[in-house]
Amino acid sequence: MTGGAVEGTDRTRDRAAERAPERAALSRRRMLGFSGASLLVGAAAGAGLDRAAAQEDGGGRSAAAAPIAFHGANQAGIATPVQDRLHFAAFDVVTDDRERLVRMLKEWTAAAAAMTQGQQVGDGAIGGVAVAPPDDTGEALGLPPSRLTLTIGFGPTLFEKDGKDRFGLKGKRPAALVDLPHFPGDKLDPARSGGDIAVQACADDPQVAVHAIRNLARIGFGVVAVRWSQLGFGKTSSTTPDAQTPRNLFGFKDGTENIAGTDAGLLGRHVWASAQDGAAWMAGGSYLVARRIRMHIETWDRTSLQEQEDLIGRDKGEGAPAGLTKERDKVVLTKLKPDAHVRLAHPDSNGGARILRRGYSFTDGSDGLGRLDAGLFFIAFQRDPRKGFIPIQQSLAGDALNEYIQHVGSGIYACPPGVPKPGGHWGDTLFT
Amino acid sequence: MRVVPVLALGGVAALSMSLLAACGGDDEGGAAGAGGGTAITAGDDKCELTKKDFAAGVTEFKVTNTGSKVTEVYVYAPGDKIVTERENIGPGTSVTLTVQLSAGKYQVACKPGMVGDGIRQDISVTGVADKALDPRLEKAVTEYKSYVIEQTNATIAETEKFVAAVKAGDVAKAKELYAPSRVGWESIEPVAESFGDLDPRVDAREADLKPGEKWTGWHRLEKALWKTGSVKGEEQYADQLLKDLAELKAKVNSVKLDPPITPTSMANGAKELLDEVATGKVTGEEEAFSHTDLVDFKANVDGAFKVYELIKPVVQERDAALAKDLDTGFADVQDALKKHEKGGGYVSYDTVGKDDRKKLADVVNALGEPLSKLAGAVAK
Repeated sequence: MTGGAVEGTDRTRDRAAERAPERAALSRRRMLGFSGASLLVGAAAGAGLDRAAAQEDGGGRSAAAAPIAFHGANQAGIATPVQDRLHFAAFDVVTDDRERLVRMLKEWTAAAAAMTQGQQVGDGAIGGVAVAPPDDTGEALGLPPSRLTLTIGFGPTLFEKDGKDRFGLKGKRPAALVDLPHFPGDKLDPARSGGDIAVQACADDPQVAVHAIRNLARIGFGVVAVRWSQLGFGKTSSTTPDAQTPRNLFGFKDGTENIAGTDAGLLGRHVWASAQDGAAWMAGGSYLVARRIRMHIETWDRTSLQEQEDLIGRDKGEGAPAGLTKERDKVVLTKLKPDAHVRLAHPDSNGGARILRRGYSFTDGSDGLGRLDAGLFFIAFQRDPRKGFIPIQQSLAGDALNEYIQHVGSGIYACPPGVPKPGGHWGDTLFT
Repeated sequence: MRVVPVLALGGVAALSMSLLAACGGDDEGGAAGAGGGTAITAGDDKCELTKKDFAAGVTEFKVTNTGSKVTEVYVYAPGDKIVTERENIGPGTSVTLTVQLSAGKYQVACKPGMVGDGIRQDISVTGVADKALDPRLEKAVTEYKSYVIEQTNATIAETEKFVAAVKAGDVAKAKELYAPSRVGWESIEPVAESFGDLDPRVDAREADLKPGEKWTGWHRLEKALWKTGSVKGEEQYADQLLKDLAELKAKVNSVKLDPPITPTSMANGAKELLDEVATGKVTGEEEAFSHTDLVDFKANVDGAFKVYELIKPVVQERDAALAKDLDTGFADVQDALKKHEKGGGYVSYDTVGKDDRKKLADVVNALGEPLSKLAGAVAK
């Protein structure tokens, strides 16, 4: 969990002009203001005024931060500074009708463009026809955009399932979208794995992330059905090296050497797919690998500090590599135990393989045996999983940390490039 | 992250949104024309309505921005309570605003530049909304009333047989007749539920009871048959069930139903039937002892389909895409149910595994979502 990785930029090419929503959806904050309940009335005069961009701190935590642009060459939610909260959902496509699927992707795109800008879906949560249910479910009314990003990916089964070319996409399946091999120690639950389509919703406010997935699921009924979903409450990797490195549930800093979201060189080399990679429709996209990693929290907590630090390969307080003093000191692999996690995951142990990690801690209550059902929902983006997650994970077969973790869910998805401007839709380079 | 200059962002956003509003206007322009709604001319310094007195019910405004600024239009109830609004109407574009108004005084406000209190016009609405004006909908209501009576009679006929078996102490026979006796009831349940406490008396589950409340109805007998294995002492409840159903029969046959059946209540009833399936049947909670949930499931879906069938011509005309989704949705649910048919009925729901239940839940969700839009389409 502390291997090589990459980080997100604040998509500097985002222009205000790209911020136009797909449709003139209502702004959540304006609705609140005009309902007469708040002082926002006077302030919320012109379109977009209420989206006043607030100064963001280094970690991108400000709730009043400017919305993240939906439109762009790459999808937001990859190189974007990692938000605090996650709701990740995997869907099965339940129709055979390709046109209907495309129609839904268009509806999703419009809803995503609106929600990421803090606006309501469709005709909004109130004020519609009284005898009909509202288009928007309403729980995000009055909340700021909270830097919501929505990132879509397509799983291998969308291209081919049980030998069937479901939507005429078989020939377009990228070679990089492999079926992940079995890794030693995997105990994958099919009900928490796979899926034809995945959507990663990240926001600084959990209610905003949940609202987004809920509304997409609602729009999708009849076309897709939720296969599984996962909430994450705390980011474990940042893509902003200047900010404090977050800690995972083992209590260790995680993601010190992640790829920075501002590092265009590393992003181009390790994160963004290119037309030359084989699938032209994926140019500007990236491959997402998700793993639900259960942590054996209770036995970990009974492990001595010395052993914990040996297992990870960093000290617990500062996060300095073994034998060194500062978190950012360059790791000297030979100073780490041969089976230390950081050593085995390090790019230098894996022929330079790097991934951009964007994982979140999760706790789904307890497991009925008095133990926390908790761990890391690992998310990694990369240009080619065959040169990223797969070799790194194979190298981690000898990881001493495996005694304290277990991979119980898994997914791999091809995330297409961004929708450059209004009028386009998610997956339009694929469904041509 | 950069700090985007507030005003620059606002300006550009307004401009691009006006282009999008124009697209929306194209989509909706036809509807306003066909409906012959009231025109609102929104200029930079005017807000003109072709009409200021309205009958209660659904009113369509076709808003045209003849000015040079992006505008927005509001309908306010007294105290500036927003009834409806539409923002970002670009210069030279039109949009349609549909609103349901009951009797009272309102104000229409046009806000050129989308600032300030706007230019206001008083309008007044009188009368009581009459939504069954469409003769096709009137006919649908009449036919649906017949259907309700038919189903009530059917459920009573089957329940008489069931009750006879219970009173004869024939547990095996009563078990056989239990689920069929409920089919008519389940297909019209929302109507039956509208008659006060009839539903709890007939169809309450044990877990629904309040402290001190007496448990009567089908599910009491269900528990006796499947859990206790004896209906000794239950005869009075069997008789009571028939008596309660006779009360239902009297109510559905009365000339003036209270509450009345309207196209909207029919459509909402169809939605409620699917809600019943989603929360009670898919989970196996309804028939906790007999596990005959799929029989109820089928009856709920058939009852919802009946409503849709009757108002379908109107739905097709008003929202063709919705009609298409509903056609697919109903067909998919029926297909999914077919897989569990056994003999003349269905397999016991406790033998339906998790994966199959998920499939049933998926098709129910797929139908339930568009079905929730039926009432809105009928009220248009």
